Amino acid sequence: MQNQFIEHADAAENFIKDEPRTDWHDETLWFVRQKRDLAVNKIPEWEELREFASKIKDHSLSNLDNYLLEFERNAQNNGIQVHWALDAKEHNSIILDIIKKNNVSKIVKSKSMLTEECHLNEFLQENKIEIVDTDLGEWIVQLRKETPSHIVLPAIHLKKEDVGETFHQNLGTQKGLTDPKELTEIARDYLREKFLSAELAITGVNFAIAETGGFVVCTNEGNADMGVHLADIHIACMGFEKIIPKLNHLSVFLRLLARSATGQPITTYSSHFHKPRVGQQMHIIIVDNGRSNQLARPDFRNSLKCIRCAACFNTCPVYRRSGGHSYHNAVAGPIGSILAPNINMRENADLPFASTLCGSCSNVCPVKIDIHQQLWKWRQVLMEEGHGKSSKKIGMQLLNLIFTKPKIYRLVGWIGRMIMKKLPFSISNSLNPWYKQREMPEVPKNSFREWYLKNKK
Amino acid sequence: MNSREKILNAIGQNKPSLVALPEVKIAYAENINLTSRFSEILTGIGGNTIIVKNYLEIKSNIQEKFGTYHRIVNQVDEVEIKNEDSLELKKPYQLEDIDLAIIKGRFGVAENGSVWVEDSDISHRVLPFICQHLIIIINEENIVSNMHDAYRFLETTSFKNLQNSSFGVFIAGPSKTADIEQSLVIGAHGARSLIVYIIKNKF
Amino acid sequence: MKVGLFIPCYVDQFYPQVGIATLQLLEKYNCEVFFPLDQTCCGQPMANSGFNFITKTCNQNFVNNFKEFDYIVSPSGSCVLHIKEHNQIENIFELTEFLTDILKVEKVDARFPHKVGLHIGCHGQRGLHLSSMSELVSPSFSKPEKLLKMVDKLELLKPVRVDECCGFGGTFCVFEEAISVKMGKDRIKEHELNDVDYITSGDVSCLMHLEGILRRQKKAIKVIHLAEILNAN
Repeated sequence: MQNQFIEHADAAENFIKDEPRTDWHDETLWFVRQKRDLAVNKIPEWEELREFASKIKDHSLSNLDNYLLEFERNAQNNGIQVHWALDAKEHNSIILDIIKKNNVSKIVKSKSMLTEECHLNEFLQENKIEIVDTDLGEWIVQLRKETPSHIVLPAIHLKKEDVGETFHQNLGTQKGLTDPKELTEIARDYLREKFLSAELAITGVNFAIAETGGFVVCTNEGNADMGVHLADIHIACMGFEKIIPKLNHLSVFLRLLARSATGQPITTYSSHFHKPRVGQQMHIIIVDNGRSNQLARPDFRNSLKCIRCAACFNTCPVYRRSGGHSYHNAVAGPIGSILAPNINMRENADLPFASTLCGSCSNVCPVKIDIHQQLWKWRQVLMEEGHGKSSKKIGMQLLNLIFTKPKIYRLVGWIGRMIMKKLPFSISNSLNPWYKQREMPEVPKNSFREWYLKNKK
Repeated sequence: MNSREKILNAIGQNKPSLVALPEVKIAYAENINLTSRFSEILTGIGGNTIIVKNYLEIKSNIQEKFGTYHRIVNQVDEVEIKNEDSLELKKPYQLEDIDLAIIKGRFGVAENGSVWVEDSDISHRVLPFICQHLIIIINEENIVSNMHDAYRFLETTSFKNLQNSSFGVFIAGPSKTADIEQSLVIGAHGARSLIVYIIKNKF
Repeated sequence: MKVGLFIPCYVDQFYPQVGIATLQLLEKYNCEVFFPLDQTCCGQPMANSGFNFITKTCNQNFVNNFKEFDYIVSPSGSCVLHIKEHNQIENIFELTEFLTDILKVEKVDARFPHKVGLHIGCHGQRGLHLSSMSELVSPSFSKPEKLLKMVDKLELLKPVRVDECCGFGGTFCVFEEAISVKMGKDRIKEHELNDVDYITSGDVSCLMHLEGILRRQKKAIKVIHLAEILNAN
């Protein structure tokens, strides 16, 4: 279920209550990280590729408006209709408009985190329009009325028994099915009907090429293509940062994407769309929804380089043990934690703190986003903007005072140690969060300084 | 100001100062047999490769493997298996029950076992996805090493002078998913199997 | 070589033996070691909590205490990284990198006949590059391991996830207590698979956190800082 305003720490605590399931979730995602490691170590020039990708994206952001204009021009010349949406609301209305104009009632959608971000499905539901998510993981969570917990592996939080039960309850299939092959076959049959009768297919965009006006959609299942090549209308939705300058830049990004995401050398299908097929309408919606705001922030604009591979999720020890739903955003994990505060600081003030700043995420990021440094920087911004608890601010000011005045520091240290020694229960109790599952450190006879004065001076 | 203008204005105002575009240069040291590498990778991702001398061999191989299949569609003239009459006039959804599709690929990429398929080589874009089983035929001399070479090739062919291909796709193996507990299942929504026939170099 | 010894606040208060081992070790290598008496803290607890903007006076105290030294050395990767990045002080070194890069130590006169599990502290590793990182495609190296391998009779063992975080993370350890402890427990499980007697690290913060869990679980594994091993006879 969607945790709208439950803070990460509380949601995570709840998640961990089922420890065996947490272990399973952690191991499953670590397994994906290991697959990634195996794949990237086969590419001796891997770090060079990352550097190129990073620099291409840095350049793109610095020339973004011109590339978008170039893209629009070329796309339109090829017969693609280009729309611009300032925010989620506008994105959704543009789609509704196209639906109404064309009298569409049957819609399929392949994976698009942007449409999740815009809550497109809910919007269409409110307007009594049926839309079916066709990526297997996304379809499963749709049936369960949940949101995806991972941007590449939407149903990673579910066990095969959960899937079997979901199908049984929603499709009337046999109870107790757990074989992934059987379950996938059920999905294939059911969704094939949807593809064949769909009037509109909505996809995301992995990369949009300024030079040619085309765009690329990468899938393993073939669901994007089954949708768009059968439906008479194709709407592709993209955040404006998906633009890359040149066609041949795809060589860099397509070498990095699947290896980072799942450890595959490439996804099964990398579809390059330039012109609609004869008789088909092709639309692309270029969306802002807060991105131009992020672009204005020198410390955080790098987060717009993201190619949505989720490598950072898989490596993050915190994500693996708390699950995507704990992040209460369409995009969870480390990258989600530096994107979300830009959208709403108050609601997302907890996310940059859901991290030990270990730095693993920045190392796996194929476009070298300095994720862990941005997490630290967001903490500064959020606290300066007053989104922390006032007790925290007071506590920190007190700490700073203690550490500024050596005599006070020594006194407080000595008192602390004395209390711990003589009145341990006053510290070692259930009010002390440290003490919940850990012993307090033992109290030494002397502090280092005291020893130094006795023995060295 | 409409949304387009608002967005472009905001980007214009907020973007960082211009940073140079790097020239992508990847040095290559590996001296490998491209056909072997291609086969190795494609097999590893669930596909099959069969090296043949000529189209005749392909024809007999297909008949052996798929002879009993109900609806076979052949889009490669050199393979003497009859294609359906007026297939190109059919609507995409009418390809629904195609068991086997035989199509041409422009080139293969050794580093990831993928084959580039061009819109203009197939009667319908949906064909390679909607069929139950897929066969793609390529020439051995058209196997390139990596994606950098692949796009160089594309820039001189499908995308020459930016006369864009209208639709093209890298196909790497049969469709698959691991969405259920990371258990790999071959055959999701696209083809359940893929065979790439590689016609050997004459020399 | 005039070396200013920086002892992290929690080491000063709770793990003085680590400070003592560090001082003795540096003196064994002929360093003239001074401990500025008015030092307090590097400021990291406040800074990492988002309050870097109030730490000016704390930082100033650090600068005042350490301005006269050729080198500042500390047995803590995270504190050294913080000072380097936020105080822009360049002559500060974590202990193991000081030994390998500055003193260029070739021999360690120590004996530690035990099975020891190596825990790699994140800030030292990914921040100070004390060792190579499992995420990157790059040659393997490790400054701490280089030193530990010189210790007589020591059997060094690594967990399967060689550089996963222990979960301490500063104030994370109390504000996200559930995950913090779960991460610590998982690290310990991996070391238990190697049947170690000790877990060692270059950061007392990691060790303090792991020790807290070990003692609560009443396990026999002990924690020990690298400095103590390198100084062991």
